[in-house]
Amino acid sequence: MLAEFLQYLFTGITIGATYALIALGFTLIYNASHVINFAQGEFLMIGGMATVSLTAMGVPMVLAIVLAIILAGILGIALQRFAIAPAKQADVVTLIIITIGASIFIRGIAQVVWGKEYHVMQNFSSDEPIRVFGAVLNSQSLWVLGVGAVVVVALVLFFTKTLTGKAILATSMNKEAARLVGVRTQMVLMLAFLVSALLGSVAGIVVAPITFTSYDIGIILGLKGFVAAAIGGLGSGVGAVVGGLALGIVEAMAAGYISSDYKDAVAFSMILLVLFFMPRGLFGPKVVERV
Amino acid sequence: MLKTMMRRAGKCAAVAAAGLMMMSAQAAEPIKIGSFLSVTGPASFLGDPELKTLEMYVEKINEEGGVLGRQLELIHYDDVGNASSARNFASRLIRSDQVDIIVGGSTTGATMAAVPLIEQAEVPFISLAGAVVITDPVKKWVFKTPQTDRMAAERILTDMKERGITKFGLISGTGGFGSSGRSQTLEVAEKMGMEVVADVTYSGSDTDMTAQLTNIRNTKGVEAVLNFGFGQGPAIVTRNYDQLGMELPFYQSHGVASDSFLELAGSSAEGLRLPASPLLVPDSLPDDDPQKDVVQNYKAEYEARWDSKVSTFGAYAYDGLMLAVRAMEEAGSTDPEAVRNALENIKGYVGVTGVFNMSPDDHNGLDPESFRILEVQNGEWKLID
Repeated sequence: MLAEFLQYLFTGITIGATYALIALGFTLIYNASHVINFAQGEFLMIGGMATVSLTAMGVPMVLAIVLAIILAGILGIALQRFAIAPAKQADVVTLIIITIGASIFIRGIAQVVWGKEYHVMQNFSSDEPIRVFGAVLNSQSLWVLGVGAVVVVALVLFFTKTLTGKAILATSMNKEAARLVGVRTQMVLMLAFLVSALLGSVAGIVVAPITFTSYDIGIILGLKGFVAAAIGGLGSGVGAVVGGLALGIVEAMAAGYISSDYKDAVAFSMILLVLFFMPRGLFGPKVVERV
Repeated sequence: MLKTMMRRAGKCAAVAAAGLMMMSAQAAEPIKIGSFLSVTGPASFLGDPELKTLEMYVEKINEEGGVLGRQLELIHYDDVGNASSARNFASRLIRSDQVDIIVGGSTTGATMAAVPLIEQAEVPFISLAGAVVITDPVKKWVFKTPQTDRMAAERILTDMKERGITKFGLISGTGGFGSSGRSQTLEVAEKMGMEVVADVTYSGSDTDMTAQLTNIRNTKGVEAVLNFGFGQGPAIVTRNYDQLGMELPFYQSHGVASDSFLELAGSSAEGLRLPASPLLVPDSLPDDDPQKDVVQNYKAEYEARWDSKVSTFGAYAYDGLMLAVRAMEEAGSTDPEAVRNALENIKGYVGVTGVFNMSPDDHNGLDPESFRILEVQNGEWKLID
């Protein structure tokens, strides 16, 4: 009984941690610009695919990972510079549609460059699974959780302790006021895209050994990450983490205890319920209407 | 007034002359082979090798003098795996391209969307898709080259029975292939007196199937596990199966019978069995196997021409094209009715997929034995039966 429960829990937490990392990327950009960046999933794909193809070319794993993250970062900046910035006067909906277009574009290029096949990435450490009270834990899951935790702590420090982090926060709260006190808001936006591209690619790299990777992996993982962000309340960092973990655990429990057929249905009913009773999500900001 | 009439008469004459020229040109016209395939999109792993195979063998046949003294012309469209565009392209092939025969339809969805149109237009059609519904019940103008999922289920369950297994757990994908395979497996199991004690599914985008497998493992009496699905899903199932340390005999379907599956699943695939085309083990076929030469030639020619690994799916297109050519040669013309009758009476055509014996009640012509049971040993396919 306990073994079974633990097994579902491990499965849920691992996949939930991935969702949380993606959700954090959504949250960052949303905070800085109120844009929901639907190209977030593509950063994830770039991270995984670039690492796989670089290692296949003989680059050592660690270097390949660093290069892949840098590539995703450059892409994030390029996305902001060449797609979002030129349309700066446009309203948020237009910008969101631009990100959808950008994601299709990036996916298309990835398909041409890397082909349509699925690729494997080696586990970072041993392939031997770890046994805990009769349940089995993939050693890569520990990497996902560990990296996730480090990233969350780093983000918290970045936003509370550094001037740049505070500038991003200020811009998210009031763009005009931030500009008046000397924050370069375009710069802040670019930074937000950079950081969220880095986050996305890190997520893509740590989960690739578990999920495999391909040019279209970003679509569904990106969508699940968005769902996690929406459950937690768009714009809340804590919400993104809680939302991601909750979504992953509910999915795994539903697949194990109810039926795998209803797994997605249970997850999506959960979103409906949360949004019905708390339209801003679990940790969404309380908005006071100014009259 | 007179001038305009003269001009009109002149135009009429020009049109008539053009018409005459077209008619005289028709005698030397090539035989048109139409095709709609999923060359891009989610089913591209089917359509891409299929198109390459068709292109390459149409070229080869033309170099060798064509069919009935006429050249072949391949007219193909990419349906992107979308059933409604498959239907549109089938209609275009029939109405505006006026093809003599259609060889195509990578997926069951695409094939079934085009079937009503084709039946109505009375054009012979050889489908390259798997499900049993395409030729059961028999449709007058529709044939197909791959084995059905029912045969795969029969082949797997027979092998289980030979190993003394009567109760097994089933895990299947929720996509078209997996769900059709699941219902065929349930039917075949009942007929063969076997019991499916656990029946779980996963969706195509799932990235972890440990929960479902734990569920099967905890079911009482389970003696083996069968996974019906294709794409990356079965590879993840295989890895999770290994991580959970499950020791029961493990079967996969023909949906993953390719070298890329071995690459994805890695060492966790060790020991699993599946039904597959002899194309995966061309060199271990016994010398008296009638298919040995065909299989080895196709593999060598495809790999030399395209510099990429041969796939079972391309072989379906090879058999489809060769059946079409043989039917036209036997019919002695491209008259649709005559070609259809010839197709229906093809006996003993040795293809890459199997030996085809068509009949009026069997428009597929293969038997379950055309699948070989393979086992993964030391990271390679090993012929078991």
